[in-house]
Amino acid sequence: MTVSLPRELAELQVRVEKVARSYGLTFFPVVFEVVDYAQMNQLAAYTGFPVRYPHWRFGMEMEQISKSYEYGLSKIYEMVINNDPTYAYLLEGNSLLDQKLVMAHVYGHADFFRNNVYFSHTNRKMVDATANHATRVRRYQDRHGVETVERFIDDCLAIEDLIDHQAAFRANYGLQDARGDADADDESGDGRLPAEEYLDPFVNPPEVLERERRQRDEAREARRRFPPDPQRDVLGFLLHHAPLDAWQRDVLGIIRSESYYFLPQRQTKIMNEGWASYWHTKMLTGHLLEDGEVIDYADHHSGTTATHPGRLNPYKLGIELFRDIEFRWNTGRFGREWEECDDMAERARWNRPTGLGREKIFEVRRLHCDLTFLDEFLTADFCAQHKLFTFARDRRRDAWVIASREFEQIKQALLFQLTNGGTPIIDVVDANFGNRGELLLRHTHAGVDLKLDWAHEVLAALARIWRRPVHLETIVGGKPKRLGHDGSQTTEQEIKEVAS
Amino acid sequence: MGLKIDSDVGRFRKIVRGKVRDELKRFMSRGEMIGRKGRDLVSIPLPRIDLPRFVHDPGGQQHVGQGDGKEGDVLAPAGGQDGGTGQAGNMPGEHILEVELTLDELAEIMGEELGLPRIEPRGRKNIEEASNRYTGISTTGPESLRHFKRTYRQALRRQIATGTYDPDRPVVVPIREDRRYRTFRRVPQPRANAVILYVMDVSGSMGDEQKEIVRIASFWIDTWLQSQYRGLETVFVIHDAEAREVDRDTFFRTRESGGTVISSAYRTCLQVIAERFPPEDWNLYLFQFSDGDNWSQGDTETCIELLRERLLPQLNLFAYGQVESPYGSGQFLRDLEQPFGEDERVVLHPIDGKEGIPDAIRAFLSTGR
Repeated sequence: MTVSLPRELAELQVRVEKVARSYGLTFFPVVFEVVDYAQMNQLAAYTGFPVRYPHWRFGMEMEQISKSYEYGLSKIYEMVINNDPTYAYLLEGNSLLDQKLVMAHVYGHADFFRNNVYFSHTNRKMVDATANHATRVRRYQDRHGVETVERFIDDCLAIEDLIDHQAAFRANYGLQDARGDADADDESGDGRLPAEEYLDPFVNPPEVLERERRQRDEAREARRRFPPDPQRDVLGFLLHHAPLDAWQRDVLGIIRSESYYFLPQRQTKIMNEGWASYWHTKMLTGHLLEDGEVIDYADHHSGTTATHPGRLNPYKLGIELFRDIEFRWNTGRFGREWEECDDMAERARWNRPTGLGREKIFEVRRLHCDLTFLDEFLTADFCAQHKLFTFARDRRRDAWVIASREFEQIKQALLFQLTNGGTPIIDVVDANFGNRGELLLRHTHAGVDLKLDWAHEVLAALARIWRRPVHLETIVGGKPKRLGHDGSQTTEQEIKEVAS
Repeated sequence: MGLKIDSDVGRFRKIVRGKVRDELKRFMSRGEMIGRKGRDLVSIPLPRIDLPRFVHDPGGQQHVGQGDGKEGDVLAPAGGQDGGTGQAGNMPGEHILEVELTLDELAEIMGEELGLPRIEPRGRKNIEEASNRYTGISTTGPESLRHFKRTYRQALRRQIATGTYDPDRPVVVPIREDRRYRTFRRVPQPRANAVILYVMDVSGSMGDEQKEIVRIASFWIDTWLQSQYRGLETVFVIHDAEAREVDRDTFFRTRESGGTVISSAYRTCLQVIAERFPPEDWNLYLFQFSDGDNWSQGDTETCIELLRERLLPQLNLFAYGQVESPYGSGQFLRDLEQPFGEDERVVLHPIDGKEGIPDAIRAFLSTGR
């Protein structure tokens, strides 16, 4: 599949790369390959990689992508992988303008991959890694049977999202030490302060002594608990502690490492696409476009950034927000004085040229993920200008209805969607629940219930991995509940409160 | 061109058709894409299997959108996930065609629709035979299938990579991981062990409409039997006063104008069976379509004789569909009813115009023979 780039494209790449560098973009070497549509569809189904481990869901993606292509509903123009070198694909037979646009866009992504901190821990040799994963899974299939391995992968995929979204910022990435306070258990005294006998009831009131004793007991109990602290990285916990065969452990490890690899891409979708779109615009309109290409370019670009009422286009939101930040920092619309100014007329006129805009957006692309990006830079003005709104299900009318155009509401809904990647927050709290070696998970309820039928299915998958009953404490319709699966059937009971 | 992902696609299709991993069917949704083909909108079926995960209940969530409209405006119907209003969808009122139904699926639908039993093959039970074909290389396998050259190459590669290869003393010792084995796939060899003999009367009394009915009926019969037997053979025999074997195309198009001697067709069938399809190896089906006018009562006698003595003992099923013709229905159906009405190898059914086709097919195929 490696075909050397045709000369005109190779020359184009040199031009595009030069422009990208002139703006201060930095990246690993970028390698373009020209592929036909079938190969492109396969790459897309494999999420950009030339090879993935055998699994039916890639086949499903392939069916959808290729049908959608064959009926002219969608066409994949561009694909780029976070890797060193950064691989990107061009669709054979696209016009030179399209290739130019894609190249410029790709350099935006390449810069983002290289410089954004959320990507700093990702495996930059992932192309090799996925190929190795594929080989290993194939070998397990040869040895243990296609269906056995596939079933296990299905179970692992049901929990592939249960990883630690902040892992990149933990000191000991992935593995946490147990609490190392070995002396804490050696408490011989009863906590009594020395006092004269007649003062003793006042210095050491019995109810306080009793309370302290209880706290000590609880602390000791907590130290004995395993895991000592709730574990967000459920996959990592299972990898180390579930009773798995060697091949199963390896497969689970493969799924976990791929899940961590893809995590930053989920966390920075809006920024990443916004950044790449920002730069393809700058590079094409400022340097690379020929006169005759302007209309086609505009048509293509507006298609990419088109908006639809029921959907938020990450390209559009991202590029506009970056432009807004650049504008605000160029005109000095930041800092305390700006925040405290409530004279609308003055705000509209505000212009204190600083020229800091470009520098600011480079800093933003280095330090932020979508969640912090929107938390920090989404403004009421921006929401109004871009006509954002929230919508929700109206049960009475059985329809999706515009709920609000209030800034606070919009921001809250956006942040909720982005917190923990929009997935529920789930921890392992006890691996010896009820002193019977059962696994207890906890869902930190953030105002929205779990989709219950699915939750039960996931618990069944977990029970197959843990090989003992598995429980999940959550809140259903305002009531604390413990859902579970004991290996043969679903369990559900009401409890007083969700485990701490 | 073959792609790596093809095996994943094949696996997915097998799951969707319910051939493997039956338990995944629960998670399957029958989605669709609306596409455009020329001026028509086409619905492209898109089965999806979504593995369950821990997710938020989508109905309980606020989402963010972009565009015009004021608070309270309806964006889209909710899709009635939990008991919708029962109203028709508000899709554009254009005609939507379904596409992409394979013959297998068609047969399946037909089987369900008409309540047809699956056919019990007689004679040799194994409809398929399999042979092994060496198709690939694997890291596991019996020693007898060890691929010496590949193993050697692997060992050489490893030794060079690990720096233990000495060109001056080129000794290559394979270890466990280097071994490569030939793998084989069982390739089903479809054994064509069913044959359908279609017999049609093309005498002057059979008009175009009658032939159309025969064409439709035989298409559905063909489809059903194809789904039941791999490698189905078909034989087409037309007759007026004389019979001859023809190809499919001629069968449906020929219009002769002679008289009708049905026994000539039976003789031709007997000859074909004797020459090419010995009944001990083959499941034989004979479907005869005629308007029921035979030349003479004497020939009808001969027919009954031939059927009883020589044809029926060899056949799984003899089906006779009598198509109503502009000249009224003939006598042949009644003539057969008397001697064979009770015989379970024989199905006799009139086809009254196109509407009668499903009834006739059901009658023909519901015997499960």
